[in-house]
Amino acid sequence: MAMTIHVDVVSAEESIFSGLAEFVVAPASMGEVGIYPRHAPLLSLIKPGAVRLKLPDQAEEMVIFVSGGVLEVQPGVITVLADTAIRGHDLDEAKALEAKRLAEEAMKDSSSQVNYARAQAELAEAVAQLQTLQKLRHKSH
Amino acid sequence: MPGSKEIRNKIKSVENTRKITKAMEMVAASKMRKAQDRMRAARPYAEKIRNVAAHLSHANSEYKHPFLNSRKTTKNVGLIVVTSDKGLCGGLNTNVLRLALSNMKTWESEGKGVFVSPIGNKGLGFINRVGGNVKSHLVGLGDVPHLEKLIGPVKVLLDAFVAGEIDALYISYTRFVNTMKQEAVTEQLLPLSGEKLGSPEGQWDYIYEPEASVVIDDLLKRYIESLVYSAVSENIASEQSSRMVAMKAASDNAKDVIGELKLIYNKARQAAITKEISEIVGGAAAV
Repeated sequence: MAMTIHVDVVSAEESIFSGLAEFVVAPASMGEVGIYPRHAPLLSLIKPGAVRLKLPDQAEEMVIFVSGGVLEVQPGVITVLADTAIRGHDLDEAKALEAKRLAEEAMKDSSSQVNYARAQAELAEAVAQLQTLQKLRHKSH
Repeated sequence: MPGSKEIRNKIKSVENTRKITKAMEMVAASKMRKAQDRMRAARPYAEKIRNVAAHLSHANSEYKHPFLNSRKTTKNVGLIVVTSDKGLCGGLNTNVLRLALSNMKTWESEGKGVFVSPIGNKGLGFINRVGGNVKSHLVGLGDVPHLEKLIGPVKVLLDAFVAGEIDALYISYTRFVNTMKQEAVTEQLLPLSGEKLGSPEGQWDYIYEPEASVVIDDLLKRYIESLVYSAVSENIASEQSSRMVAMKAASDNAKDVIGELKLIYNKARQAAITKEISEIVGGAAAV
């Protein structure tokens, strides 16, 4: 049997996943990182995107969308402190599109620096949500 | 029957009041269960982030975050006061505000400046009335608190701490012990003390991505936010259970009042009937 590592995905409002995984991919700020058990201690920020978990005895990967947060890795434990993490299945594609449209509109007529930065963040989040949905859809077909 | 109509009206009005308090009691009971669930749901995050922060405070990083450094002299103090938006919840807000006020008085007598950030309508109203120095505030949080809303008001205080405008940050809220018992407490948020976070497990450090200062900044900010969030969610659970208890007491009192009034009403009715009979008997005897 392959080696496993304990993974916790928690957000401030709820606990999303807690269990064993063989391999984890997370969207770290410097690029995606893949983590196998007994990884060196790592503390990284994560970007909006999908955390993918390879669960033991399951062919399909588990996908959890996170809109940012912190990733902590210790040799035996991975903790994802998600800002808002909702299950990928629960994502509403229409909402994501709407948010993207609004963000793009806001970007066009950005009056101040603050608005621009916020719109950009919203856009990144919407794009990540769409990507997660596309991945999920791809799998189900 | 003199006065019996007034008594009947009074009974009716107390009965109506009782219906309202009874309904509020039941609403509060169901909200309390949900609020307790939410309070529990927030715990894993708070625990995990506390663990990470504990590791961080002992890891030998070359970067020392201002949140972790205690300052020699404390000139100004920040205080977050968590109260409810609505009243009719017993002594909940009174207790926490009394505690906050006594803390403020102590600090002021020590010559420290006090900045207050009330969360909840009741706290804001009170702090304005006593002339407190309001740094930021948050009202209309509702029954389901969202972390998003807290970020702004908390950030104001964190920025003030980093800039040296305040040297310590405290939070006053009502801790949920159980359904019957809630207590007002004041806890220190900043500077973070190493002892509170836990003990080190050997000497080692993380690999930081992108770099230590950025990661530690973000993590500690989230840690403080999660502490405030858990205080707020506990306060909401306390509010609902306190309201439930208060409304139960009000319903019971209304029941007693109705009983007493009914007794008076029946006595008056009986007296009137007796009087009428004796009048009739007296009249018949005269004929």
